[in-house]
Amino acid sequence: MIDNNQLLRFTTAGSVDDGKSTLIGRLLYDSKSIFEDQLEAIENTSRKKGYDGVDLALFTDGLRDEREQGITIDVAYRYFTTPKRKFIIADTPGHIQYTRNMITGASTANAAIILIDARNGVIEQTKRHTFIASLLQISHVIVCINKMDLVDFSEDIFNRITTEFEEISSKMIVKDVRYIPISALCGDNVVNRSKEMPWYQGAPLLHTLETIHISSDINKIDARFPIQTVIRPQDENHRDYRGYAGRIESGVFRVGDKVTIMPSGFTSKIKTIDTYNRMIREAYAPMSVSMTLEDDIDISRGDMIARSNNQPQVTQNIEAMLCWLNDENAKPRAKYIIKHTSNDQKAMITEIVYKIDIEFLNRISDDKTLKINDICKVKIRTTKPLMVDSYRENRTTGSFILIDEMTNETVASGMVV
Amino acid sequence: MSRYYLSYMDELESEAIFVLREVWAQFQNPVILFSGGKDSILVAHLAKKAFYPSKIPFSFLHIDTGHNFPETIKFRNEIIKGFGADLIVGSVQEAIDDGRVAEEKGKRATRNTLQINTLLDAIELNNIDCAIGGGRRDEEKSRAKERFFSHRDDFGQWDPKNQRPELWNIFNGKCFEGEHFRVFPISNWTEMDVWNYIKRENISIPSLYFAHEREVIWRQNSWIPNSEFLTLDENEEVVTKKIRFRTLGDITITGGIESDADTLEKIVDEVSTMRQTERGNRSDDKRSESAMEDRKRQGYF
Repeated sequence: MIDNNQLLRFTTAGSVDDGKSTLIGRLLYDSKSIFEDQLEAIENTSRKKGYDGVDLALFTDGLRDEREQGITIDVAYRYFTTPKRKFIIADTPGHIQYTRNMITGASTANAAIILIDARNGVIEQTKRHTFIASLLQISHVIVCINKMDLVDFSEDIFNRITTEFEEISSKMIVKDVRYIPISALCGDNVVNRSKEMPWYQGAPLLHTLETIHISSDINKIDARFPIQTVIRPQDENHRDYRGYAGRIESGVFRVGDKVTIMPSGFTSKIKTIDTYNRMIREAYAPMSVSMTLEDDIDISRGDMIARSNNQPQVTQNIEAMLCWLNDENAKPRAKYIIKHTSNDQKAMITEIVYKIDIEFLNRISDDKTLKINDICKVKIRTTKPLMVDSYRENRTTGSFILIDEMTNETVASGMVV
Repeated sequence: MSRYYLSYMDELESEAIFVLREVWAQFQNPVILFSGGKDSILVAHLAKKAFYPSKIPFSFLHIDTGHNFPETIKFRNEIIKGFGADLIVGSVQEAIDDGRVAEEKGKRATRNTLQINTLLDAIELNNIDCAIGGGRRDEEKSRAKERFFSHRDDFGQWDPKNQRPELWNIFNGKCFEGEHFRVFPISNWTEMDVWNYIKRENISIPSLYFAHEREVIWRQNSWIPNSEFLTLDENEEVVTKKIRFRTLGDITITGGIESDADTLEKIVDEVSTMRQTERGNRSDDKRSESAMEDRKRQGYF
């Protein structure tokens, strides 16, 4: 049993043509994560379709409509474990009309795999996927230059594409980029090292995923504890117990820490940090705990506990990058529900500063409509203050969604600038 | 390496607790769907942790096909009594007796799909706005598309092509009167994770999961337990085997595997070398390539 190992969540953006499904199939197959009955099922399907061998891409088949059309529409989650780590793959579609699904898959990822067809090099789609990875602040980007078997495993072509990619990514914020030449179809450099590319000295993809340093991906400095609910047992033994329950979203809290409760601004000290039948001295992200405080203060869902010497911004005016997710366009000056950590408030988009053309990555400032898949910079005003950090510093306290009150649908996702 | 990181098991546990607390905060009348299987037992265990030292603030809902393993019902009653929670039972047998649903016809008739109506009736009758389930994304390909918070319309239907986007860990549980949510706190767990966790926490589970001697018949490539509900074909014969079950459901369709694993340690070892998916022995999933997707669209678990 592996116990003390970490979880790595990664996303793969790309279309069927890039070999995305084949790559995931290969990763699962070569890491022995596929069961015999699953293998039998796709052997049968491969045979029915008249293929020579087994089409590994069929492992990622999803809903009936997707099978029929041969595309990924919605995010699908897949799992595999190696002796080193557990992995969650958010398998997302790559076409421009599914940008919103890509953003959804990217929102929880530590790493993104960007696939490039070695025959085509960097194309518009590559730019868009890289932009999304940078917008969502994915810490690690792994560029897989695929179909190397179709370009004679050429080092020159690999080097040329790496240079092309560096040019586009230099304009974006991508912290850690790695390049791997692969053939998903033949298995080169996916799990096993390629015999065809002795010039490549780096690690194969799986080894890279197993060893990327992810402990620093979570903000360890700014202690933030949004309250989800208050635990008040109705029994004799815990008559005065008031536990503030939530998940530590960043940083570390210790018993005795001087804390401020926001937005009220009251201060107190942490008395205990409790998990199930165990009291602990310190707790850190992403632990779910409940805390008790030295003083009796009115605290409820939506409030946040932070260390007194390091507090988030309390504001009713937010500037954010917004991605519109709904078929219905944004209504000018309409009110939406903003959901930020455990807080629900009313909000209004007061200004669309600019939109980003996701095909060419230019700013557009004369178009003020917000329609599905649009990404733009906006100003938002809320009815009550929110406790926010910038998304770059804090993925949880820097993110929010907008909900349309008329339909209850999630219509936009936002990242505080 | 910094000591301030969680092992993946602790991270999965924390995520599930976070989701359960969101359910409690966002809904008026949530219940835990409880089958007596390991996944729903795990969810109940996590709920106990999430609200400690309070007791579990949810009622339990069991959809009873009437075709039960006797062990499951005994276990169900004991565990829920232990939690001090209420139990609501939706009975497929009653629905049949009342004429609201009819038994399937044909040789391989089961009560599997009849559960959908009973479940939706129970949700409506008890004004349930959220049903917490033990579904996991690794179980089946349509489940791989599920959200943590999965919206159901006022007919209880799932529309997989039009799901609400779910970003970061912000869960939108807003719905209109008559609609409801299904919430899956252990979405990101695999079968292996569940067993490792059950072992780590020493959670008690029904004896059926451990290897035991049982009368069975060989049908559709698995050992189906002999019971009063089973009609034998001419060429089928009842034999006694040492078997255990990887999943628990309706006794007429849940196949066992031959096994000697009679402790949690042995089960964990066995599961880690298993070459067949756990639902491979569930004939309800074998009916067609989209059997699960079709049932889920209608409102299945």
